[in-house]
Order: sequence, then C-alpha cells, then structure tokens
Amino acid sequence: MPLVAPNNKRRLEVIIVGTGLAGGAAAATFGELGYKVKVFTFHDSPRRAHSIAAQGGINAAKNYQNDGDSVFRLFYDTIKGGDYRSREANVHRLAEVSVNIIDQAVAQGVPFAREYGGLLSNRSFGGVQVSRTFYARGQTGQQLLLGAYQSLSRQISLGNVELFNRHEMIDLVMEDGKARGIIARNLLTGETERHGAHAVVLGTGGYGNVFYLSTNAMNSNGSAAWRAVKQGAYMANPCFTQIHPTCIPVSGEYQSKLTLMSESLRNDGRVWVPRKMEDAAAIREGRKTGLDIPEADRDYYLERRYPAFGNLVPRDVASRAAKTACDEGLGVSPTGLAVYLDFDAAINRYGKSKAHSQNEHNASEARIRELGVGVIEEKYGNLFEMYEKITGEDPYVMPMKIYPAVHYTMGGLWVDYNLQTNIPGLFAIGEANFSDHGANRLGASALMQGLADGYFVLPYTIGTYLSQEIRNPMVDPDGPAFKEAEAQSQARIDRLMSINGNKSPETFHRELGKIMWEYCGMARNAEGLQKGRRMIRELREEFWRDVYVPGRIKEYNPELEKALRVADFLELGELMMLDALDRNESCGGHFREEYQTEDGEALRRDDEYAYVSAWEWDDVDPILHKEELIFENVELKTRSYK
Amino acid sequence: MKLKLKIWREGGKYPKGQFVSYDIAGVNDHMSFLEMLDVLNERLISEKEDPIAFEHDCREGICGTCSLVINGYPHGPMQQTTACQLHMRNFRDGETITIEPWRSRAFPIVKDLVVNRDAFDRIIQAGGYISVDTGQAQDGNAIPIEKDQASHAFDAATCIGCGACVAACPNASAMLFVGAKVSHLAQMPQGKIEAATRAQRMVAQHDAEGFGRCSNITACEAECPKGISVEHIARLNRQYIASTLGSEKVVE
Ligand SMILES: Cc1cc2nc3c(=O)[nH]c(=O)nc-3n(C[C@H](O)[C@H](O)[C@H](O)COP(=O)(O)OP(=O)(O)OC[C@H]3O[C@@H](n4cnc5c(N)ncnc54)[C@H](O)[C@@H]3O)c2cc1C
Ligand code: SF4
Ligand code: FES
Repeated sequence: MPLVAPNNKRRLEVIIVGTGLAGGAAAATFGELGYKVKVFTFHDSPRRAHSIAAQGGINAAKNYQNDGDSVFRLFYDTIKGGDYRSREANVHRLAEVSVNIIDQAVAQGVPFAREYGGLLSNRSFGGVQVSRTFYARGQTGQQLLLGAYQSLSRQISLGNVELFNRHEMIDLVMEDGKARGIIARNLLTGETERHGAHAVVLGTGGYGNVFYLSTNAMNSNGSAAWRAVKQGAYMANPCFTQIHPTCIPVSGEYQSKLTLMSESLRNDGRVWVPRKMEDAAAIREGRKTGLDIPEADRDYYLERRYPAFGNLVPRDVASRAAKTACDEGLGVSPTGLAVYLDFDAAINRYGKSKAHSQNEHNASEARIRELGVGVIEEKYGNLFEMYEKITGEDPYVMPMKIYPAVHYTMGGLWVDYNLQTNIPGLFAIGEANFSDHGANRLGASALMQGLADGYFVLPYTIGTYLSQEIRNPMVDPDGPAFKEAEAQSQARIDRLMSINGNKSPETFHRELGKIMWEYCGMARNAEGLQKGRRMIRELREEFWRDVYVPGRIKEYNPELEKALRVADFLELGELMMLDALDRNESCGGHFREEYQTEDGEALRRDDEYAYVSAWEWDDVDPILHKEELIFENVELKTRSYK
Repeated sequence: MKLKLKIWREGGKYPKGQFVSYDIAGVNDHMSFLEMLDVLNERLISEKEDPIAFEHDCREGICGTCSLVINGYPHGPMQQTTACQLHMRNFRDGETITIEPWRSRAFPIVKDLVVNRDAFDRIIQAGGYISVDTGQAQDGNAIPIEKDQASHAFDAATCIGCGACVAACPNASAMLFVGAKVSHLAQMPQGKIEAATRAQRMVAQHDAEGFGRCSNITACEAECPKGISVEHIARLNRQYIASTLGSEKVVE
C-alpha cells in the first residue's frame, strides 16, 4: 500500500468529523503521524461523544484465558454472528488488529478490570463460547473514550490538531468529484463556516435515533452521513438495525430515550416469563410479583429453546424471543412489554462459592445471599444502581424487567477495503460505516471496530488516496464550490425557519419513530413496509409545511439543530423501509415475517441475497447497487445456537 | 402532580438574566427530571415561546453534559446522581423547584442553563494524558497491576467532567476534577513517569482559567455525582509538592 513521506504529511490537511472512539482515535493518530488535522464535534467537548456510554466491554483475540480463542475464531464468530452479510476481508483485518487495541489502551492508562495476580480480566458476551471481552467495570466505553480523548488532547496541545467543538457539519463540499471539505455551523453563534482539506473522514456514529426511542444519546443523529449521501455517497444496508434485548421498558408517552442494561448481565442473569397466562396477567395487574411465581411455573425460554448458548444467544435471537413471549400474552409489565432478567440463581451460586473460599462451611441461607449479593455488586454494581434509579425497584430483590430496544445500526456509509466511500477522498469509520457487522453485531465489537478503524486501519489505508494528493496545493475554502455549498446550506436553514408552522421538530421526530418501530422494527413484512414508506413521505411533506422552529438563526438554537437532523431522518427512514422491502429474506436483525422456518427462526436466502445493498439516493426512486459477498474462508451455514 | 418551577433565564428575551416562574401540571412519578423539562418546553414551543435551553445527551449519568443546580444543589438533592438520573418521584406535589446553571467565572453562561466548560478541556490538554503514540505499546499483560490499585485508579478515572464540583465550591475551585485525573494516571505504572510535571502543568492551567484555590471545604465531594473522593486532591498535592521540590523539570 502506498505511504506518504513525513515531509509531505505536513502539507496534507485532513478533516475529521466526530470525536467518538473512531473519530477521536483517528484524529489523535493522524496528528501523531504529522498530518494537519482539523477535528469537529457538535458536542461541547470531545469527551462527551456517545461512545462514552458503552458499558459492557471490548473484544480482542488475545486468548489470555487459553480457552481456544484465536484471530480466526474472532473472525469466524463475527461473520457468523453477522449472519453472513459482512465482507470477509474487512472482518479478518479487524480480528487481527483487535489485539493491538488492548495494548494501546493499557499504555494510555485505561484502568481495565484485573485479576488478583495483576493480569487483565475477561468475560463472555453473547454469541461466542470463549471469554475475550475486556472491560472496565460497567464503563468500558467511558474509559476507552477518555484514553482516546487524552491522546487527542495531547495532539491539540502540540498544535498538530485543531479542535472545533460545538461545530456541526451541515454539508459536504465536493470539487471535481472529490470530497474537499465541509460546511460547519458554529452552534454558539449560528454562523456557517467553510473548511477545506485533502480528505474528509466521517466518524459520526450511527443513526439509531431515527426510531426516536433508542439507547443512543439524545443528540446522536445520521445527518453527517446523510449529507454525504445527498452528494452521491452510497448508503449500505440501511435496514440492518440492532434491537438490544436487555433495556429498561418504556414507561410513558413522555419517554425521551431508553436505557440499556448491558449484555454482560446475561452472563449471570436468567431470562424468563411465567408459564401460565393467568400468572402473567396477575403480575401485570399488580396482584402478584415475580417472586410469587414458583420455579416450576417459570419458563426460562432461552435455556429451553437454545440449550447450547442459553441466555447468551446473540442479540437478534434474544430480542425476537422476548417479543414472541410478550406477543403470546406472557409479558410482565403493565404495558405487557417486558420479561424478567433474574439474578437469584447467580446470587446463590456466587454466595456458596464465596462462603466456601472463606471457609464458612455452615453459612446460613441469609449469609450466602449476603455474600452472593456482594459478588454481583462488584460485577454489576453501577448497572443495578442505574436500574433502581430509573425504575424505583431494587433489582437485588425483585427480578429486573427488560424489553428490547433499538441500539445500534449495522448499516452505514458504503466503504471499500480502505474505508473510502464511493466518493474519492471521503472516508467513513466506526458506526458510521457498514463494513464489519453484517446483519447483526456481536456484543463488545463496536468499541473494537471504532478503535481499530481510528487507530490502526485508516491511518494506514488513507495513504493510498493521500499519496496521490501530495502535488495538490492547499484547498481554498473561498473557492466557488465552497461558496455555493455554503449558500445552499444557508438557504436550507432559511427555509426551515420561515415555515413557521405549528408542530415542533420533536413532535415530528416522535411520529417518525412510531412509524419506524411499527413497520421497520423487530419484525417486518412487505405490506407494512410499503405502508410505512407512504406514511413517512406524508410526514416529510407535512414537516416541510408545518414545522415550527423557535428562536433565530444566528444564535445558540438547539431546536434548529434538531430540526435539521429530523429533516434528514425523514429521508433516511424512507430508505430503510425500501431496503427492508428489497431484502426478501430474514437475516440477523432483519426479520421478515414471510421468511421464517417452522419454529420461527430466521430464514436466510443466500443464493439470492448474499449481497450488500448500496443505495444511491434519489428523491423519487433511489437506485440499488449490489456488492456480491464472496465467502472463501467461512462456509455459509444456517446459524444455529441450539 | 403539580409544580412551580423557578428557572434562570439568560439571553434572548432576558438579556440580563433573571428567574422566571412556570407552573406545570401532570407530572408523573416515573418521569425523569429532564423529561419534565421536555414537557414544559413542548408547551412553550406550542405557545411560540422560546424554550428553556439546557444541555443533556446520554441521559444516563455518564457523559457529564447535564448541568443543573436544582434547589441549590448541583445535580439536585440526591447523592451520587446526575440531574438526568433524577426522577420526579423524589419531589412532592405542589413543590417549588428552582433551577439554575453552574455559576463560575471560568464557566461563562451560553444561554439560560447552558454554560461553556471549554476550560476543562484546556486543563486536560495541559497535561492530562500519558505521552504514548499509537503503535508504541507493549503487550497489555506485560506489566501486571495489582487489582486494588487498578480499582483505585478507576475510582478516580470515573470522573465525568461535569463541573458540579466547581458549582458546589464557594471558591469555584476545580481541584477535584484536576485531582481525579492526576490521581488516576499517577496510580497506573504507565502514568508514573510524567506524574510530577503533569500535576504542575494541570494546576497552572487550572489557575490560569480563573478557577479558585482549594481551601479544603470538601463541598465538591458531597456534590460529585460520581463520588470522587477528596483523597485525590491530597494525592494531587503530594505530586505537586514533589514536582516543585525536586524541580529539575520546572515547566516553562
Ligand atoms: C448504551 C450503549 C452501550 C453500548 N455498549 C457497548 C459495549 O459495551 N461494547 C461495544 O463494543 N459497543 C457498545 N455500544 C456501541 C458503541 O458504543 C458505539 O457503536 C460506538 O461507541 C460508536 O462510536 P463512534 O465513534 O462510531 O461514534 P460516536 O461515539 O457516536 O461519536 C460520534 C461523534 O461524531 C460527532 N458528530 C456526529 N455528527 C456530527 C456532525 N454533523 N458534525 C460534527 N460532529 C458530528 C459527535 O459529536 C461525536 O463526537 C453501546 C452503545 C450504546 C448506545
Ligand atoms: S470530580 Fe465529580 S463533580 Fe467534578 S467534574 Fe468530575 S464527576 Fe463532575
Ligand atoms: S445527560 Fe449525560 S450525564 Fe446527564
């Protein structure tokens, strides 16, 4: 692969949008390498990116546990977990560099969990049979992001990276068919700015908030990617959405977001619903609680249906099983949309083993419980606390209630092996691209991918493009392409502000979310998708007629920010429906009711659908480009976790 | 339940900054505090009034964005809870609740309840890192770290950079924030080498930003949503003294 010499790096400018794990890691590394970097984030600080909220952990094929892990196994698990809809080469590279990430983070001072001997500790996540997940209590994303943020801060202080916080990219600037810069809005003043560079990198995260309710941070959005799509970038597999099985259920209309309970809880928690309808009804009406249901009347349905993986089946499988149980009328919250996640058995087991290790051979039941609660607290204390704060119930006593929620988007900007989109000079990393997780992402693999892209992959692969750019002078942000892009952005904002209708951007967003969840959620069918697409078009038309954005343009105006993002979601949502409609099969998180086996499992159709759908946007009829997936190292099989 | 809210408004219609009262009805126990404000804002927008600006993102206590002083307490009356994690079941029907922004010279008000905390970023830029480039690391298990020590370092590293410590401190000192980072890195073997200069640089930046001196009042610890202990300030002081005594490497 071509490289760029150090003296030339100084003359090459790179714009990085996003300071999450992917963007932050990339900006720090590009700065270290000597490129001139400008990094943008709409957050007030790079440290606040959505990555900060990741709880459970990060995978790496270190095989520290000597349990049979290897680069190949991580590669294989990721391809299989993704239901054979990802690109082999990218995934293999990811598995290879996974080990370097852990080393790098340790060197940055990330306080990973350790064993008594002082070595790094691991745990298991869904869909795998080895222990390869590294973690820092329930705050792994926070600690990894702070590691990247600190490295980035160092580069900022050295003058290698210039930080533009509270700046939102509102358009991509193209010149001669290449990405040449961005238009950004300074969120404090409302002024638009033009920034030029030899390459533009988007590490702008996922678009799960198109569903309104999701576990994503409130401000996460798809606009940066969508602006690129409007300039001709392809959007790949937009309908591949991950619904996470263990989230705190919705409590009312005013609900603004959903909270994840980390998948790591399924290491120790057992999922169940009552066997009898009347028990479920009694619980819903508050006449009984989970504690009143005797062991024999509980259905630990994951253990029953999937004995090999039990509670640790992949997310898509666990989510669908919860939906099935609730659809059958066995849900346990007043809305009927919740199942139990129970730690009683684990508390007992840990308590006994702790008592044993402390030579307390005749420990009473109460003492065993006390010891067991201690162990659980050490492992998951902050999650249990979070649960109690939100629900007001004590999960050490009462089993947790959980329900699936939108969590992650496997789809994203189409990129090649070098992480370049189909627009030369435009790159996408982290959750913003589509490349590694196929139709379903395994737990603890997003942090791995974001950091792999940012620290180890892009800094190397971007050389292929930038080595061609060394003769090009600095990009002039006062050139006609920039002026025109800026004028268009301003016109779009003016138009939004001048509608002066009756409904808030939030109202439209909520309505869009309902349509998405209903017709493009955990289960989809052709009729619903067509209907959903129509409804979104109508809603979009209404938005541009009746939205009301308070405040002024040239000031700090969060409602205007939201309006711009919702406007883009209203197009992206339609494309998701279209993509789901095109894919006449079930795979991973995409479950088409028409395509299922007799016992309700996903029915993949490899002969017709083993491709990546890369969509070119068009207001009337988006165009589908297909990238065929070729599997040379993994045999295509029906995924089984039984 | 019904509530009366007294909210600090500054900017737009209220150029000078003042409390404005709002009555709100239909608040329910399960709502979060911020969802209650969402409901109020939806109403204001429907009346074509300017909604109240407040910052938030994760709404689960980890990003450090939310920054409300509620009834005089940064992040509200509950211990070790951020404003976004606060639920309305902790308030009584008919109560009056005052809501203000962080107040500190180093955190200028942007609008209403939103402040500018760039000063924190500049303190980290001054030295809150370990100087290692990507690709230079040795194997992650090459240096064992005692479990308890890693765990203590973690306790400091858990700081979310919210600034409540500054809002709580009568001197508007940010020493708990600085102490947390210095202490986190000084307790990791990888971070020991730069520990002394790091402390010196970060404290110098802290002072330059206009934060006040620490006089051991410890209001910061009481209000810190992550329970960061003032012990970390003590560790910072030790590093700082070491750095100024053994001063071959004084920072320019
Ligand atoms: C609650 C939760 C828990 C999770 N837990 C785990 C876990 O345990 N393990 C795991 O592997 N994964 C986990 N994930 C997934 C993982 O956290 C994310 O996929 C990952 O952090 C995304 O990182 P990113 O860098 O791609 O994007 P983000 O962290 O979302 O960063 C996006 C950045 O882009 C900026 N940005 C976006 N648009 C613009 C614009 N237009 N202009 C300027 N800036 C912009 C933002 O300001 C931000 O800095 C979890 C996700 C959630 C929601
Ligand atoms: S020390 Fe505590 S109060 Fe201060 S910034 Fe950190 S988390 Fe917030
Ligand atoms: S909004 Fe993230 S900590 Fe409160």
